[in-house]
Amino acid sequence: MKLTIEHETRYGFAGEANYSIQYLRVTPREDPCQRILSWNVSSASQLTRWSDGFDNVAHVCVQESRHKEVTVLVKGEVETFDTLGILPANDGLPPLIFLSDTLFTKMTDAIRQFAAPYQEVQNDAGTLAAMHALMAGIGEAVTYQAGFTNVETDANHALAAGKGVCQDHAHLFIAGARTLRVPARYVSGYLLAGTGDLASHAWAECFIDGLGWVSFDPSNQQSATDAYVRLAIAHDFGDASPVRGVREGGGIESMNVRVQVQRSYA
Amino acid sequence: MAATKPKRGGKATPFDEMHLAGGGVRKAYAKYADWLHSAPPHLLQRKHEQADILFRRLGITFTVYGQEEGTERMIPFDIIPRILAADEWSHLEKGCIQRVDAINAFLHDIYHGQDIIHAGIIPAELALTNVAFQPQMLGVDLPNKIYAHIAGVDLVRVGEKDFYVLEDNARTPSGVSYMLENRQSMMRLFPELFANHAIAPVDRYTDHLLANLQAVAPVGVDDPTVVLMTPGVHNSAYFEHAFLAMEMGIELVEGQDLFVGENGVFMRTTEGPQRVHVIYRRIDDDFIDPLAFNPASTLGVPGMLAAVRNGWVTLTNAIGTGVADDKATYVYVPEMIRFYLGEEPILNNVPTYMLRNADDLKYTLDNLAELVVKEVHGSGGYGMLVGPSSTKQQIEDFRKRIIAAPGNYIAQPTLALSTCPTYVDSGVAPRHVDLRPYVLSGKQTRVMPGGLSRVALTEGSLVVNSSQGGGTKDTWVLRA
Repeated sequence: MKLTIEHETRYGFAGEANYSIQYLRVTPREDPCQRILSWNVSSASQLTRWSDGFDNVAHVCVQESRHKEVTVLVKGEVETFDTLGILPANDGLPPLIFLSDTLFTKMTDAIRQFAAPYQEVQNDAGTLAAMHALMAGIGEAVTYQAGFTNVETDANHALAAGKGVCQDHAHLFIAGARTLRVPARYVSGYLLAGTGDLASHAWAECFIDGLGWVSFDPSNQQSATDAYVRLAIAHDFGDASPVRGVREGGGIESMNVRVQVQRSYA
Repeated sequence: MAATKPKRGGKATPFDEMHLAGGGVRKAYAKYADWLHSAPPHLLQRKHEQADILFRRLGITFTVYGQEEGTERMIPFDIIPRILAADEWSHLEKGCIQRVDAINAFLHDIYHGQDIIHAGIIPAELALTNVAFQPQMLGVDLPNKIYAHIAGVDLVRVGEKDFYVLEDNARTPSGVSYMLENRQSMMRLFPELFANHAIAPVDRYTDHLLANLQAVAPVGVDDPTVVLMTPGVHNSAYFEHAFLAMEMGIELVEGQDLFVGENGVFMRTTEGPQRVHVIYRRIDDDFIDPLAFNPASTLGVPGMLAAVRNGWVTLTNAIGTGVADDKATYVYVPEMIRFYLGEEPILNNVPTYMLRNADDLKYTLDNLAELVVKEVHGSGGYGMLVGPSSTKQQIEDFRKRIIAAPGNYIAQPTLALSTCPTYVDSGVAPRHVDLRPYVLSGKQTRVMPGGLSRVALTEGSLVVNSSQGGGTKDTWVLRA
């Protein structure tokens, strides 16, 4: 499937900032499930490409002179392939590195308790079945509701709140899987799904021996299809978020994000 | 490991650095002993007081964490040197270089192909799920493949030729300023001793350090700018940071003095931004870059990870060296030496019980009163149980902590650390010592002759850490 994507991020400041820097992870990965046809990242800020430890394509986005806004415009076209939600294990990243506790996926007692029933499923029916059951369980335990959690909410808080967005679902899935000693990681990307915020998406993948990396999208209760575009994989949102930055000065900040994913038939 | 018979400390007489078992004095101490015996009665007391004044004037302090009152303290300095003969030193020097070379090879491997795991020598889980393992360092090639540019190998001696390595501090080892200041003070206090001993100098340490830092600058930089980055005045080793920067003639900076700009890291100066190439950082990994690690950190520099991965700047030590020096990885250093260098280890490891293993856990819990138990990621003597010198209550409290999280702990037999004559209230008496030589890697691996000898000033105590009431001594390496 061919998808055209436009993704604009704009930070506006009440005053003038002296300096700002962002890490951008807004370029699709070169994975077997997708191929970049064209891609362009532009900004009034200085952009330098780098790749992080997870082999994601990233940019450093810097402005050293006074400025009142930071904008990043991403445009491109990607061809996607349906791999039945499975990607090969040989992506250069040892699965075990995705067993560690991280800031957003702390394996708290509440999460261990939540995931415990799936241990039984794992024992009886195997890891893949357990992960599907975990995804279903998250759908029931945490209702999709925007505006209830924020970018600092971790898996434990989302579980306690019983409400959250895709990011929270993914974190809870990752933390839950890790308590069962199943390596799990965060995927940030785009989704061809109607309109609005939903186009910027997050889901999870876990490693299943003999199968590879299997994707789970608890928000949509499915594995990834060719409607999904992968931007970054990492331990959690902190390492995968499309834009993460700081600045000096500038006062109150407003942020606008516009994401459009459309199917192209050209 | 449970099959290994531990060497027990306790009742056996520890090795005396100065005196022979049957009376008499070891060769290295011969001249010193003569001097000591002929010294007028109150000389030592007077020198001890002078030393105190010298150190106070220099303002050498360190911070003790976890104490309510004034946190700034002076590390007690002992005026009696610890002396090593040339051949003893040569053995230690080779052993330290070998360990650090192997550790650097391991770090490069673990962040690249992980050959040592595929060869079945180190368990994948141990290295890759280690909290100090930094996936963000995967696949990045560092200048000269060096990660641990500065290491401090903690050694203890239990016999004439029996030295054991306790740990390889490969993150940001501190204490080298004491090595340098101790020597300067000793030379002022006892010039006559330096006149009649051929003592290998240590004062070129900072020259070598700077040369090594320059040697690992990003490729193509001819005249690199090196800076020392400190967390600030509240850090326990701030004095050392300032001291080393001054001695090397480089800028002492904090995170806020640096920023990542167009294709580089820059230092804010009165004449505008100046590019820096090598950062000798004395802040922990977690605080280096709030955009990559701890987002709450105000000590680091946003963008630093990208700068490192793009080769704009070299950080020393590299991010992620902790995976090589935690107390669980330590067990495998002899295997690393065989695997990467094809050599037999020159220095011994202490037999170590990994409490993540059920057998080792059981053995340890049954023998807590005789063992030393350490946190895998602890340092500075915090979070440690020394069985033989602990009360029953302390042992039982610690038992609960171990049972709650066995994987966080390792246990080792209590070693009978050697003793060295030390000036204490009651006169000259034996006290237990260890030794931390500093190993520099960059161009060539090099060890300063000597290092920091730490001494447990409390009679019978085996804990030499300055945070736990230890002192320091000047360490003399005699030329042949």
